[in-house]
Amino acid sequence: MVHLIWAGMAVIGIIYALFNGTIDQVNEAIFNSAAEAVNLSIGLISILVFWLGLMRIAEKAGILKSLSAVFKPLITRLFPDIPKDHPAMGYILSNFIANLFGLGNAATPMGIKAMKEMKELSGSEKASRSMITFLVINTSSLTLVPTTIIAIRMQYKSAFPTEIVGTTVIATLITTTAAIIIDRIFYLRRVSNR
Amino acid sequence: MNIVSMISVAIIPCTILLILVVGSVKKLPTYELFVEGGKEGVSMAVSLLPYLVGMIVSISIFRSSGALDAAIGLIQPVLSFLSIPGEIAPLALTRPISGTAALAITADLLKIYGPDSFIGRLASTMQGSTDTTFYIITVYFGAVGIRKMGDALKVGLLADIIGIITSIIIVTIVFS
Repeated sequence: MVHLIWAGMAVIGIIYALFNGTIDQVNEAIFNSAAEAVNLSIGLISILVFWLGLMRIAEKAGILKSLSAVFKPLITRLFPDIPKDHPAMGYILSNFIANLFGLGNAATPMGIKAMKEMKELSGSEKASRSMITFLVINTSSLTLVPTTIIAIRMQYKSAFPTEIVGTTVIATLITTTAAIIIDRIFYLRRVSNR
Repeated sequence: MNIVSMISVAIIPCTILLILVVGSVKKLPTYELFVEGGKEGVSMAVSLLPYLVGMIVSISIFRSSGALDAAIGLIQPVLSFLSIPGEIAPLALTRPISGTAALAITADLLKIYGPDSFIGRLASTMQGSTDTTFYIITVYFGAVGIRKMGDALKVGLLADIIGIITSIIIVTIVFS
C-alpha cells in the first residue's frame, strides 16, 4: 500500500509537470526537499534523545509501573474477557502506558506479547473480542506528549511548539472514547446476530 | 480556552520535574540512565531519515508539479460538504495507511503554511491524535497469526474519521 502511494505521487507529479510546464519547479523541488528531509531528521534528534533519556529514568524509577496500577481498574473493565491477573492484562497496560508517553518502540513488543496471550486465551485464529478492543484503542492513538510533532514544529520556527499538546490530548481522549463505544456497539451487534 | 494553552506549556516541564525528583529520591544514577536512553533517540532519528527523505521528495514532486492542487480541487465538493479544509486532505487520507508518509506530509504542511497557522496547528493535532490503523492491524494480527480480523478494520477506520473531525473541531474552538 505504502509503495503505491510513494511511487504514485512521484509518477503522477512528473507526468503532470510534463504536460503543464512545471517541470522546472519539480526539478528544483527534488533536490531541495531531499536536503530538507535530512535537516528535519537531524533536527528530530534533539527531542528524541532528551525524551527517551528521561523516559529511561521514569521506567527505572518505577513511575511507569505505578501509572499502570492507577489505570488498571479502568482497563480491566474494558476487557471483561480477560481475568484480572492474567499476564495479558499486564502487557496491555504496559503497551498503553508506553504509547501515552510516546515510546512507540517499547509499545510494539508489549502489544505483540499481549496479543499472544489473548490468542492463547481464545485459542482460535479468529480475532477475539478483547483483541479487537485492544487494536481499536491502539489505532485511535494514545498520546500525552506528541514528541515528534513538537520537534518538527521547532524545526519550522514555531513561536509555541508545545501549544498543540492540549488540543492533541483532548482530541485523543474524544477519539479513543468514541472508538471504545463503536467497538462495544459492533460487539453487541455480533452477539445479537449469533 | 487559555487553560488549554497553559497546560500545554506546563505539562512537559512538570513531567521532567516529577521524573527527576522521583529518580533522585530513589537514588538512581539519573544522568547515566538519561544518556543510555538518549542513545536510543539518536538511532531512532537516524533510522527515520531514509523514510523521510523518500516520502518528502515524492510529496514535493506531487506538490510542485501542481498535481496536488488539481487533486484537491477535484475532491473539493466532498471536502467542503464535510467541512474539511482542502489543504489537510492529503494528511487525512494517508494517516491510516502510513505513519512516515503522514509525518512527511505534516512536515510539508508546517513548512508551507507555517506551524502557527490554522493548517499547521490542525496538522500537528491530527498527526498526534490518530494512528496508522493499517500498520497496527498488520503488525499485531500478523505477529500472532490471526486470519479473521472481525470488525477490527471497520472500527479502526471509523475511529480515524472521528479523530480527523474531532481535531478540526477542537483546533477551531481552541485557536480562534
